[in-house]
Amino acid sequence: MATLTIVQAVNDALKSVMRDDPTVLVLGEDVGPKGGVFLATEGLTAEFGIERCFDTPLSEDGIIGTAIGMAMNGLKPVAEIQFQDFIFPAFDQIVSEAAKLRYRSGGQYTAPMVIRTPYGGGIRGGLYHSQSGEAYFCHTPGLKVVVPSTPHDAKGLLIASILDPDPVLFLEPKALYRSVKGEVPEDSYQVELSTLREVRAGDDVTVFCYGAMVPVAVKAADQAADKGIDCHLVDLRTLLPLDEEGVLEAARRTGRVVVVHEAPRFCGYGAEISALIAENVIEYMEAPIKRVTGFDTPFPNTLEHHYLPDERRVLDAIEQVHSY
Amino acid sequence: MVDVQRVLAADGSVVGAVPDMSDCRLRELLVHMLRVRCIDERMLKLQRSGRIGFVGSTLGLEAAMIGSAAALGPMDWMWSGLREGAAAVMRGLPLDEYVAQMFCNSNDTAKGRQMCNHFQHAGSHYPSWSSGIGTQLTHGVGAALAAHRRGLDEVHAIYCGDGASSSNGFHSGLNFAGVWKAPCVFVLVDNGWAISVSSRAQTAAESYAAKGRAYGVPGVEVDGNDVLAVHGVTAEAVETARGGGGPSLIVLKTYRMLGHSSSDDPTRYRDPEEVAAWAERDPIDRYETFLLDRGVLEAGGRERLAAATLAELDEVIRTQEAAAPMSTRTLVEDVYAEVPGHLRRQYNDFARIQESHGEARPGEGAFPL
Repeated sequence: MATLTIVQAVNDALKSVMRDDPTVLVLGEDVGPKGGVFLATEGLTAEFGIERCFDTPLSEDGIIGTAIGMAMNGLKPVAEIQFQDFIFPAFDQIVSEAAKLRYRSGGQYTAPMVIRTPYGGGIRGGLYHSQSGEAYFCHTPGLKVVVPSTPHDAKGLLIASILDPDPVLFLEPKALYRSVKGEVPEDSYQVELSTLREVRAGDDVTVFCYGAMVPVAVKAADQAADKGIDCHLVDLRTLLPLDEEGVLEAARRTGRVVVVHEAPRFCGYGAEISALIAENVIEYMEAPIKRVTGFDTPFPNTLEHHYLPDERRVLDAIEQVHSY
Repeated sequence: MVDVQRVLAADGSVVGAVPDMSDCRLRELLVHMLRVRCIDERMLKLQRSGRIGFVGSTLGLEAAMIGSAAALGPMDWMWSGLREGAAAVMRGLPLDEYVAQMFCNSNDTAKGRQMCNHFQHAGSHYPSWSSGIGTQLTHGVGAALAAHRRGLDEVHAIYCGDGASSSNGFHSGLNFAGVWKAPCVFVLVDNGWAISVSSRAQTAAESYAAKGRAYGVPGVEVDGNDVLAVHGVTAEAVETARGGGGPSLIVLKTYRMLGHSSSDDPTRYRDPEEVAAWAERDPIDRYETFLLDRGVLEAGGRERLAAATLAELDEVIRTQEAAAPMSTRTLVEDVYAEVPGHLRRQYNDFARIQESHGEARPGEGAFPL
C-alpha cells in the first residue's frame, strides 16, 4: 500500500488501466508533456507515448466530440476538461450525443468513455474555476456521474468508470486533490459504481454528502458527537445512477436527514435526495429534511469561505433536525 | 474564386474528363440514383397519406449522395448529416430496415426511438445520428483518428449541410482533423437552403470551400448535380486520406428541390423561378442523356429500372406496415448497458397501470427488482 493524495490516486488509476489496456488513451488541454494543470496526467506521455496521452486544440466541444467518435470506433478515451466550469461548450456533445447514443441506436452504437474534470470551490478560483455542476448532468439519462472523496475511491472508482460500458462524468473535488491522503493498493481494483460508502455509523442524524463536502461533514459530525449527537454519515460517491435503496435505508435508520452539497440549492442534488426520501419513507421521518448548500448565486471569490458549507453550517443543520 | 469541378453540363454533354469507369459501373450509378428517387417518392406518398410521420426529401440531391457515397470503400464510414439514408441503402442498409425505420416499428434497429428518417446500419458503417446540427463532424474525426491508431484501413466520410457550416462542430471538426491529419473527407452538401435560410446568408466567406483553407484542409467545389464530377472528386479525396495525406473538404453545389421536410412549405420563402432553374439541371435527366449518348443505357431503360425498384419497395412497405410496434419495455432499455434499479421501478409502476387497463402485451411485464 502506498500513501497517496487524490490527484496521485487519479494518476495511478490512469497508469494502471493504460498498462492493462492498450485501447485506453487520454486527451485534453495540457494533459501531455505538462501533465495537466493539476498534474493528474503527469508522466503518462513519457510512459505511454504521445499517441496515448496527448494535447488537443483548445476546444471542449472538440475534445468531447472526437472522444465520442473514438469510443464509437474501438478506443476507450479518457477526456480531461481542465475545469468543470469550462465543460459547457461540450454540453451538447455530452447530453445530446454521448448520453443518448446507446438509446437512440437501440444499442447498435455506444460511447464508453470517461470525462474527468476537477470541480468545486476552495482554491480562490472565482466564478469560473469553482463551480459544482453535477445537477445539470444528473438530469441526463444515459450518463453516469461519479464523485470520489478519498484516494482509495478515486482510484477504484476511476478504474471502474473506465471499464464501464457507458459514458461516465468523473467529477474530481479539486479542493481535496492534495489535502487528503490515504492508503491506496498498488494493484488495479474497482470500487463498484452506484454503491454508497458509509463513512461512519450513527443512530441520531443521517448526513448525506459527496466530494469535497465529505471532510466538512466529518468535522461537523465530530463536533456533533461532542454534543452527544451520533451522526450516520454517508458518502454518495455515485450520483447517477444513485444507490436509492442505500439512501432510503440510511434515512430510515435515524429518521432525521441533512443533505450537504456546495452547488446552489434550487433544483440541486439535495432536492432529489429529499424528494426520494419524502416519496418513499416519509413515515419514518421525525423532522423536516434540511439542506446545507452553496447560495443560489454565482460562485464568489473573496467570500468563497462563506459561500461553501462549512462545519458550522452543517453542525447547525444537524442540531436543528436533531432537536426538532 | 474557387472553380467548380464539372464533367457533365446540365444538358448531359461532356465538358470535363470522364472518369475511367466500366460501362457496368457507369450504369450502376444511374440505378442507384433512380433508387434514391423512387424511395423518396414512395416515402413522400406514405407521409401524405398519413402512414408515416416525417420525410426529409432527397429530390434533386441524387447525384450528390450517390456520386460521393459510391467513391467509398466497403470498410469506410459514412457519417450522416441528414439526407444520406438512400445512399446508405446502396452501401448495405437493407431496404426493409430503411422502411421499418420510417414506420418506427419493431423491426426498426433504432427500436422506434428516433423520429422517421434517422437511419443507421452498423454493418456498413453508417452510424446513428442525432437531429442536432453539426455534432457528427467531430465524431467522424475522432473515429478516423481511432481507425488510424488501430491500424484500420478506413476513411471516414463526414457529411453536413450548408447550415452546419455555421455550427461549432464544423469549426472543431475541421480544426481537429487538420491538426491530426485524420483520414477523413468532409462532404458539405450545399443544397441552397437551411430550412428557410438561404445558403448565401450563412457566411461572408467567398465560398464554403474557401473555409477549408483556414484549417489547413484543402477545399474544392463540385457541381453536385453532376454524378461523375462528384464521384471523381470524392474518389480522389478518399485516396488522399487513405494514403495519409490528410482530410479534404468537398463542397457539393446542389439544390433541395422540396421543403426541408414534409412539414415545411418552401413556397413561403423562396422564388419559384429559382426552383424552376434548378429543375433544368436535374441530376438524373443529365446523367440519363449522357448514358443514352454513350450507348450504356437503352431507350426506356430508366422507366424499366424505376418500375422494378418501385415494385420491390411496395412489397417491403406491405410487410413493414403490418409489423408490430415496439414493446413498452424499450422505454427504459438501452439507456445504460444494464437497466438500473430506478428505471426498473419506474417501468414497473407504469406496467402495473397498463396491466390494470388490460393493455400490457406479452413480454411487457415488470422487471425483476
